[in-house]
Amino acid sequence: METLSIYVPKLVTKGEYIASGHRACSGCGEVLAVRYVCKALGRNTIISNATGCMEIISSPLPESAWEVPWIHTLFENASAVASGIESGIKALKRKHGYTKEVKVVAMGGDGGTADIGLQSLSGALERGHDFLYVCYDNEAYMNTGIQRSSETPFGASTTTAPAGKNSLGQHTWKKNMAAIAAAHNIPYVATSCSSYPFDIMSKVEKAVKIKGPSYIHILSVCPTGWRCPSNLTIKMGRLAVETGIFPVYEIEDGKYKLNIDLPNLRPVEDYLKLQGRYRHLTKDNTAIIQAKAIEEYNRIRQLSGLKAIK
Amino acid sequence: MTSKRIGIESSLAIAEAVKLANTDVIAAYPITPQTHIVEGLAEMVANGDLDAEYIPVESEHSAMSACLGSSAVGARTFTATAGQGLILMHEVLMVAASMRLPIVMTVANRALSGPLNVWGDQSDAMITRDAGWIQIFVENGQQAFDQVLCAFHIAEHPDVLLPTIINVDGFHVSHVIESVEILDRKTVDGFLPPYKHPYALDPDNPVTMGCFATPNMYAETRKDLDAAVRNSKKVILEVWRKYGDLTGRHYKPVEQYKADRAETLLVLAGGYCENAMDAIDKMQNEGKKVGLVRIRLWRPFPYEDMVQALSGASNVIVLDRAISLGGPAPICSEIKAALYSIDRRPHIASFVGGLGGRDVSPADFEKIVDLGLEHIKAGREDETIMYGVRE
Repeated sequence: METLSIYVPKLVTKGEYIASGHRACSGCGEVLAVRYVCKALGRNTIISNATGCMEIISSPLPESAWEVPWIHTLFENASAVASGIESGIKALKRKHGYTKEVKVVAMGGDGGTADIGLQSLSGALERGHDFLYVCYDNEAYMNTGIQRSSETPFGASTTTAPAGKNSLGQHTWKKNMAAIAAAHNIPYVATSCSSYPFDIMSKVEKAVKIKGPSYIHILSVCPTGWRCPSNLTIKMGRLAVETGIFPVYEIEDGKYKLNIDLPNLRPVEDYLKLQGRYRHLTKDNTAIIQAKAIEEYNRIRQLSGLKAIK
Repeated sequence: MTSKRIGIESSLAIAEAVKLANTDVIAAYPITPQTHIVEGLAEMVANGDLDAEYIPVESEHSAMSACLGSSAVGARTFTATAGQGLILMHEVLMVAASMRLPIVMTVANRALSGPLNVWGDQSDAMITRDAGWIQIFVENGQQAFDQVLCAFHIAEHPDVLLPTIINVDGFHVSHVIESVEILDRKTVDGFLPPYKHPYALDPDNPVTMGCFATPNMYAETRKDLDAAVRNSKKVILEVWRKYGDLTGRHYKPVEQYKADRAETLLVLAGGYCENAMDAIDKMQNEGKKVGLVRIRLWRPFPYEDMVQALSGASNVIVLDRAISLGGPAPICSEIKAALYSIDRRPHIASFVGGLGGRDVSPADFEKIVDLGLEHIKAGREDETIMYGVRE
């Protein structure tokens, strides 16, 4: 830590592109991740933002927290808007003497990405636009009041998949967006987590240097929706990674690489027990989640050419 | 001015206009009957005749969304759609207007499902009425070509900055080969100024587009947009005057055909006006005092022009090619509203016909006039008459 504290100011820009004073909940991991992403992008960036938490907390007319050009239009179309931005700039460069090198970035939450925005994302990835898509995954529709999405994890209680006498809450497993993005044969896909600023920043820097579409899926801790204390945001993200619940990896030209390689995983119990959304789980439920976490973690290890762990 | 007159399908004449406008970005999804427009453009791009980015999107929702993006960075942007495609775009249309992005779109008007029907009527245009777009109807390929060029000029005018739709009848106009005068590049360059959006997305001058508005702000934004749409009429008239001076083809918000001193006026919009003209010619030869009023500008709605065109007549017979299920026919209800405040209102008969590609021939228009006058005489003006439909 001591070494880092010396080098951090040199490594990371002091520039802020999302201003403080926005209306995010205290302890919001998502807006932290946005901050790191923007730092890595720098000022020559245009952001197309899907409807969702980050839009609502940053842009109440007539105020704005954005210090880079930013456009929000609708929920399901951030990628399509980004395709238009990228194509428009290409035409302006070719025909009208436009010389700026602009990074085009689309971003959305898990609902705007994996549910309602999946078609437009798939279209934009398939067409090969030179842009980065960042999904800030807080594992439910938090902005509208914690409704389940296809990224809500198994066993989590949400307002539209609540735990009850006949239900343990969400009964499906998280949709694997990184694999879906990679299936478009795009050059760069990565996962990251709001508790790992350097991992986020280095991946964003890498992604925007690569020509063509890239996709980064960032697990973003949401104390409000996960029902955990807001001072545990950083810890919670680290536990998600250290328990193997959320592996952090890259898929570069189809090749997997596990970035945070943990030979010994912590028990998932350490992660689950701190969150109210899992409060109702029985020991048997937890065992199912434990087994699945190891299975998935080993799948990524295997794809990365690493030996399985127990 | 130099130009050439050629035989060309209306859809391809539209593509020629988009090419002559030196459009930067086209984002489109295939849908009958607009496909020939974007096929023509794709071919021009592929052959190097038009230097543009062609984005073959995966849906109309994304087509209009991509148009938002390209227009917002300051690129001249075009798309085309029809029927289902237009209503799939609907959510995005509202945003294009509220963000004041001057996208130009031709709609090859088509019926709406269900049942599925790819043929022409104006249901798609009517359901798009309140989107905040400038909306213009045309009747043939020449008008389509002209109005696409005018639309870029109107939409991108710094006093307007509103997206604009050109409504072209699906098949009956879009697929018809006509004699069209195509302007040359130099003439178009002299007519159409380059597009420069004053608040484009630009890292050197970062703007936030698409804030949300609380109850404290929303109504003001809508009032502002409404004023913008209403005020666009001034520029529309200016651009049409400039285009008329250049080409000799003069356009007006409400256009008349042999309507002077007519006691009875037929009113409609779109390509069937040409069938109605044949009927008017025949009826006038027979000594009947019948004329035609054609709606060119649909939004902003030309109240004064409409009142002026209709207030001298005793009877007005309106044909809508769209149905408002359980309510009054859309064009007719607006005409009734426009005429309400005048002292001596003409009698009005309301027809719905030509749905889903059904022809309304000149002979049908004669019957519509006769039937309409009978209804007025019988005091049945509150009825909407479905014309030419089996019971």
